[in-house]
Amino acid sequence: MTSLPELNSIDQLLATCWQNLARAISQGELNNPLMVGIHSGGVWVAEALHERLALSEPLGKLNITFYRDDFNTLGLHPTVAPSQLPVDIDGRDIILVDDVLYTGRTIRAAMNELFDYGRPARIWLAVLFERDGRELPISAQTVGQRVVLSPRHQIHVDGPAPLTAHLVTREEIA
Amino acid sequence: MAVNFVRPILPKLSPDPWAIQFDAAGHLKHLLTIEGLGATWITRILDTAEGFMSVSDRDIKKVPLLRGRTVVNLFFEASTRTRTTFELAAKRLSADVLNINLSTSATTKGESLLDTLRNIEAMQADMFVVRHEQSGAAHFIARHVAPHVSVLNAGDGWHAHPTQALLDAFTIRRIKGDFAPLRIAIVGDIKHSRVARSQIHAFNSLNVGELRVIGPRTLIPNDIEPLGVRVFHDMREGLKDVDVIIMLRLQRERMEGGLLPTEQEFYRLYGLTEEKLKWAKPDAIVMHPGPANRGVEIESRVADGPQSVILEQVSNGIGVRMAVMALCMSAES
Repeated sequence: MTSLPELNSIDQLLATCWQNLARAISQGELNNPLMVGIHSGGVWVAEALHERLALSEPLGKLNITFYRDDFNTLGLHPTVAPSQLPVDIDGRDIILVDDVLYTGRTIRAAMNELFDYGRPARIWLAVLFERDGRELPISAQTVGQRVVLSPRHQIHVDGPAPLTAHLVTREEIA
Repeated sequence: MAVNFVRPILPKLSPDPWAIQFDAAGHLKHLLTIEGLGATWITRILDTAEGFMSVSDRDIKKVPLLRGRTVVNLFFEASTRTRTTFELAAKRLSADVLNINLSTSATTKGESLLDTLRNIEAMQADMFVVRHEQSGAAHFIARHVAPHVSVLNAGDGWHAHPTQALLDAFTIRRIKGDFAPLRIAIVGDIKHSRVARSQIHAFNSLNVGELRVIGPRTLIPNDIEPLGVRVFHDMREGLKDVDVIIMLRLQRERMEGGLLPTEQEFYRLYGLTEEKLKWAKPDAIVMHPGPANRGVEIESRVADGPQSVILEQVSNGIGVRMAVMALCMSAES
């Protein structure tokens, strides 16, 4: 690949997501939503959005380790931050937040876990980045930036403060 | 017969009899003893258990991690608490569970241990949880099972009860935090206790500040001090400044005659009463692996009192066993 896409600044990305969510709330598409972030990157993004949207109920956090579909091949990574859903999710509108939407497997695992806590009325997916490479029929309703990348590249989001994002190659990760 | 406390009657295996617990990639495959785990693996198990604890607080107390796997509880010796917590742990991981109580089954008809093993293997089991009155039984099974099967030791003879030691360490860490400043006393029949053996290995690996054993001379092995424990025969001295008191069950069924005058005498000297409890630190916690002989090693008012964490141990046992099962089963691919 000759040129890599420019990633927008975190402030820009958060502003885009926030405006989009605020509109969905004001237009009644999302009714009194409960926000849930996916560990770790999704929680950092959700914390920033939660504050800007001034949601009254505390932020929920999901750790999807026990719901992953690659347990047999990648094994189990110890988790020190268990899932916390402080509010009953039955019948609620949920904004599920992650940093990057890629294959869709993380979101599938997160939805399975949510349904073990209750039956939400709606799950709305908000991500900072949406990139190509979906392996499951999952799409985001709120997106900070859409990016096309070769499979060699990944978007790495770091946080919680400051929240940063940059492109890395698989070789760098290994 | 003199029993070597450090390494009881394990058969002559490789120079490192606990190496079998790890697969070629160095990942935990079987849990047979605390030895060889080191602080790294113990801490990893405790951290993983912490993640599983929240599963028990939810409406649906299940995660899909071991869906489609089969766990066989192979109990050659009676047990209620250990077997049920292993069963619940496996079920909360979505595994299928088979309970086989062999003390009343085929072994009485003359079937050998290996025959039993092969038969259960043929049912496509993925994990054996083994309790046996013979030390080394779980090792023996781990050496002979099919390569994809994991073996967990749920207590073998006088040798080891690793998940009990791990859940005790987990309980202490949740309440007291860091191990380094702690004084822990294990009280009672140390000699016949696989729980004590595993606890001593675990607490030493975790660098507990000071580890003590308290009991009559006849119930404390002679070769125990090299393991890094201080031996006390007097309760008042032994409990002084202690943060954690672990009472052991008096192993009546494992004891040849002559080691104890009477149970009443034992209770008078070593039974944990409210009065003796005052000799420890005011915020000391009281633990017991169960089942407790009330009025033999512990007074009811202590077992049910504010300093007792005996029921927390039981709840924590589920999370710790979930962690061990998940970690051992994730080794294979």
